[in-house]
Amino acid sequence: MLKPFLAALALLVLALSPHAACAQETPPLPHQQWSFDGIFGTYDRAAEQRGFQVYKEVCSTCHPVKHLYFRDLTDIGYTEDEVKAIASTYQVTDEQPNDEGQMFQRPARPSDPIPGPFPNDQAARAANNGALPPDLSMIVKAREGGPDYVFGILTGYKDPPPGFNLLSGMYYNEYFPGHQIAMPPPLSDNAVTYADGTSATVPQMAHDVVTFLTWAAEPNLEPRHRTGFKVMLFLIIMAGIFYAAKRKIWATAH
Amino acid sequence: MAQTSLSATSRIIRWIDYRLPFVAMLQHELYEYPTPRNLSYWWNFGSLSGIMLVVMIVTGIFLAMQYTPHASLAFDSVERIMRDVDYGWMLRYAHMNGASMFFALLYIHMFRGLYYGSYKQPRELLWILGVIILILAIMTAFMGYVLPWGQMSYWAATVITNLFSAIPLIGQSIVTFLWGGFTVGNPTLNRFYALHYLLPFVILAVVLLHLIALHRFGSNNPLGIEMKGPQDTLPFHPYFTIKDLFGLAVFLLIYSFFVFYAPNFLGSSDNYIPANPMQTPNHIVPEWYLLPYYAILRSVPNKLLGVIMAFGSIFLLFLVPWLDSSPVRSARFRPVYKWVFWLLVIDVIALGWVGANPPEGLVVMVGQIATLYYFVHFLILFPVIGRLERPKPLPASIATAVLQGSGARLGGAGAPLAKS
Repeated sequence: MLKPFLAALALLVLALSPHAACAQETPPLPHQQWSFDGIFGTYDRAAEQRGFQVYKEVCSTCHPVKHLYFRDLTDIGYTEDEVKAIASTYQVTDEQPNDEGQMFQRPARPSDPIPGPFPNDQAARAANNGALPPDLSMIVKAREGGPDYVFGILTGYKDPPPGFNLLSGMYYNEYFPGHQIAMPPPLSDNAVTYADGTSATVPQMAHDVVTFLTWAAEPNLEPRHRTGFKVMLFLIIMAGIFYAAKRKIWATAH
Repeated sequence: MAQTSLSATSRIIRWIDYRLPFVAMLQHELYEYPTPRNLSYWWNFGSLSGIMLVVMIVTGIFLAMQYTPHASLAFDSVERIMRDVDYGWMLRYAHMNGASMFFALLYIHMFRGLYYGSYKQPRELLWILGVIILILAIMTAFMGYVLPWGQMSYWAATVITNLFSAIPLIGQSIVTFLWGGFTVGNPTLNRFYALHYLLPFVILAVVLLHLIALHRFGSNNPLGIEMKGPQDTLPFHPYFTIKDLFGLAVFLLIYSFFVFYAPNFLGSSDNYIPANPMQTPNHIVPEWYLLPYYAILRSVPNKLLGVIMAFGSIFLLFLVPWLDSSPVRSARFRPVYKWVFWLLVIDVIALGWVGANPPEGLVVMVGQIATLYYFVHFLILFPVIGRLERPKPLPASIATAVLQGSGARLGGAGAPLAKS
């Protein structure tokens, strides 16, 4: 009974996974090599910091990272003093009014959320031709295909094929569902100047910013992988001991 | 010293037991409890489901301490659990994937029951209590899925509650009553949260009844014949406690793999987008464990009939003990049913595939055939096969079959493990 059942179970998992469902017409997403892939995967700190630079200098003109706080940036290798310095370059409105009852602006502190470019969604739409630039702190988890998809979008701008009816104000993107995207191509070669001398090509910047955004979406991936390894090791030993005990206890019963 | 303290403890236990025979009950039900000696690993899934239920309740209680059931705060509060609560990511991923694991265990447990005829006289109520557990689990999982208040949460809540609008005349009023408003909104989220916390404890109570019914006649077994005496049984402890523990370790390995290395594999990425009543997702798809019912619902062109058949596909299971006309329990001795059983497994997998894909072309046709087959299987094949098929001869007893099967000497049957 066992074999067909296991096969059926494997099929069940494969066939029923929503990941099996695919949009038509879109070419398959090419898989990139990510430092965070696999059970020992970790984030490449240098790529994360370069990615943060790309986010700050390019993406943040339109996109917020709502779930990130300045204090989180210590995770990607900045010291507490560096984080304080980064935070202080932003102006935020304090949560509480001052003694005169007036709301006031002050330099951001590490305990503040990273402020977005617009005060609300309506302001964001008004500034972007009616389109709402999505929050990027969850984008990698919120899209089918994850990091490969976001990389695909950033590098997937092309001239539309002949006969394609591109609406005005829209751009053709190979990997975007329906291929009409309101976001203009965000990256061009040397859009940023990397402090570490890495050459800022479009795929390089896309790779860096996707590493940063994957961390933003899943900041606990590294402790998760580490804990998981210990847990699996413990369970394998435990299963072995239980199996040996089972064999011994049942030795006289068969 | 040790002896006096031991006897003091045992005197206290004896004093309590005389008035409240709790330890005696545990001794009887978990230690001596005679269990068929030939149970295979397919009999692990009941205890695994029970353990998984406890894991869900424990992780759920700790999540509830951090979660905020409000339409404008729920999504962010889940993210705070993931990011800022110590080991919050582990609690949340364990709970999220735990639901999938719980259903996988329940389904395997039920298919095992169907293969070995565990629902047959005198275990009809045992089976029925199991089906009640399944229904309660589906309700609990559905309401739990709404709580993170992502896109899929919101639209799943909308689609499923709207099913009740198919009821003639009063349907729309029922839907408004369920929502606590004129759309899915904050009142809906609040009541779902309250019920999601309540129902697992109801499940726990039904599990207790399930166990009482189980211990009345003991487990069925791969041969499907009753235990006839001590030579057919082994005491539950240590034989089946250790077998269950080994199974548990293997199960936890699979569960941990999902929690630590593929935590979002079984979920929908759309649920990481905050709920937006103004924007419908491209494909509204339930979690994998509800896909077959969803496929049945969509395969019927008439909405009311679709709803009746989707619900009916579960309620039909209540009748299984009476639909199956064969007096023989185990499919091992039923040459026709043995094969037909696998058709049902394939059918349910096909329904799952149909439910996961947009209803176009081939998907629609497969869905309709598979839906039809599901009902034919229970309503026509079950009664007919039992009457037409000629079962193979049953062994005289479990002990003789075990003896022939392994060729080993039957050492100290039913006796406690000798210390060596």
